[in-house]
Amino acid sequence: MATESKPRTLYEKIWDAHVVSQREDGTALLYIDRHLVHEVTSPQAFDGLRAAGRTVRRPDLTLAVPDHNLPTTARADAAGHPLPIADAQSAEQLSALTRNTAAFGVEFIDALAPEQGIVHVIGPEQGFTLPGTTVVCGDSHTASHGALGALGFGIGTSEVEHVLATQTLLLKRSKSLEVRVEGPLGPGVTPKDVALAIVGALGAGGGAGYVAEYTGSVFREMSIEGRLTVCNMSIEAGARAGLVAPDDKTFAYLKGKPRAPKGADWDKAVAWWRTLATDPGAVYDKTIVIDATSIAPLVTWGTSPDDVVSITGIVPDPADLADPARRAAAEKSLAYMGLTPGTRMQDVAVDRIFIGSCTNSRIEDLRAAAAIAQGRHVAANVKQAMVVPGSGLVKRQAEAEGLDRIFIEAGFEWREPGCSMCLAMNPDKVPAGERCASTSNRNFVGRQGPGSRTHLLSPAMAAAAAVTGHLTDVREFA
Amino acid sequence: MQAIDTIEGKAYPLGRPNIDTDIIIPAHWLKTVTREGLGKGAFETIRAEPGNVFDDERYKGAPILIAGDNYGCGSSREHAAWAMADMGIRAVIAPGFSDIHAGNAFKNGILTVVLPQEQVDRLMEVAKDHPISIDLEHQTVTTPYQDRFRFEIDPFRKDCLLKGLDEIGITLELDAAIAAHEAKAHVDTPWVEGAAKAA
Repeated sequence: MATESKPRTLYEKIWDAHVVSQREDGTALLYIDRHLVHEVTSPQAFDGLRAAGRTVRRPDLTLAVPDHNLPTTARADAAGHPLPIADAQSAEQLSALTRNTAAFGVEFIDALAPEQGIVHVIGPEQGFTLPGTTVVCGDSHTASHGALGALGFGIGTSEVEHVLATQTLLLKRSKSLEVRVEGPLGPGVTPKDVALAIVGALGAGGGAGYVAEYTGSVFREMSIEGRLTVCNMSIEAGARAGLVAPDDKTFAYLKGKPRAPKGADWDKAVAWWRTLATDPGAVYDKTIVIDATSIAPLVTWGTSPDDVVSITGIVPDPADLADPARRAAAEKSLAYMGLTPGTRMQDVAVDRIFIGSCTNSRIEDLRAAAAIAQGRHVAANVKQAMVVPGSGLVKRQAEAEGLDRIFIEAGFEWREPGCSMCLAMNPDKVPAGERCASTSNRNFVGRQGPGSRTHLLSPAMAAAAAVTGHLTDVREFA
Repeated sequence: MQAIDTIEGKAYPLGRPNIDTDIIIPAHWLKTVTREGLGKGAFETIRAEPGNVFDDERYKGAPILIAGDNYGCGSSREHAAWAMADMGIRAVIAPGFSDIHAGNAFKNGILTVVLPQEQVDRLMEVAKDHPISIDLEHQTVTTPYQDRFRFEIDPFRKDCLLKGLDEIGITLELDAAIAAHEAKAHVDTPWVEGAAKAA
């Protein structure tokens, strides 16, 4: 009987349910339930299939959408005809996805479809991501899908090809890491701040080798969209996946979604999903505990996502770091960022604002930013403030609520959905030497364009920076 | 995949923790639809620095890279591994690697060697003037100074690298087990199927 079996974590339960075959050397063949495909990391995988004369094993479990390269300006003319994409390489990569999905029979949401959006926004929004499933995509932010209790993780293009051909991956089970955050969150502290606090606590490589599970009252009380933000940034601490146990909020979120189960299937699914939560007495390989009341609204100061500091804090001094390698890295970061130790973070002026990305482009994010923008205006020193909804459905919802008008009247640009300025593969770039307050996930050197300087923060804090022209404590707007 | 046995030669003493895959190959190089030719974009931002190791004549054509902790963090882009392979890198030695990048490197026949920081620091010193040798079969890194550092590697990956095995080929031999899993899932979790099309 099940009652006699060893208590298991959520991760172990999903893992065990998907092991096709276990090798003696510890490697397992794991079945993959969901494969999201986009234009950047798939062309070489489809070419590999072609070269070997292979087919896509389970087109019914594979969903493709363009997001990384798409411009966020208008995509069709007044008559609804698609507008050409100026960058020839982007255009070729996008048309390769159209050709490849047609040739291999893969379901394709095209650039003009109302459902088009960032892979990690549309997976949950479409009900394609489900609790207890294994979800992969050639993108490291596939960790996002763990918010619904799915084991989601990023893979490389060779693995994309492997999944297309076999619907499996050869993997070793990771260690388990419990990240417990308990207590009430203070005013102005959002899921993004929780995510940044976790990355700061673990360090950029602290989660390497682990799959994280987020537990504690903060995550039980957090909305699904908030959980998506936190799970999304698991990879910024090195954890390939991050999970939250599915609960009634999860089921309410998924019910009625276009690709979610219906009728008797739904009832059967929910009954199974209720068995997935970590058993009492199950053991994690490592646990960290964070006191929620210690988390302030946060911003990053450097070029690694663990370079976090309270908005009321100052630019740290590398001389305070004992480890010479860390000190050298911090000095390089500050030189790149054009910052001086001791400067108050709130005195740092910004040139651009980006509200979007798979981390923070959902309706709750846009509502939080609009609440700050309403009745105010983007500061004179800000050259561009851009809002890029995560999907066409998010965009339409926001427009139905009048959020687009609030942003436009405040001086923000209201764009078409896509990855945009998070990684600057499309024309949305931060020019060299300019500073961007960004709701995205990475402040790496050159991430938002060659020479760009990025400060990561929450949507409300990004909107606050837009209206003041410098990094700002959102609590001042309360 | 090309089989690996011993990798011997010069090594780029890069050091530095948290070398992310955006540094290894910036996003504007990702618009390609092939795997070839990415070496010329590799480490672009570092190569813009005067005196960087990649443009130092002493290390020209080195098959080994020595880096700091958490090498390959960030984006899952396999283009990073393709770029490294294209510039002739066949092994990276570091105190730690990102899980995704280590997998991508492996799939492109690039050996990732994890050694403690102090041994990495020693190799950084030696690499300035001397070659380094990595023996995969015996799992050792050696120098002309008689340094001999043993490293651990996943036995499956070691076997694949030594034999140059194709992973998809290995998996397809388990086709019957995959079909059996699908038949069971069809009964246990039928709602998972057919979902790519909206109802």
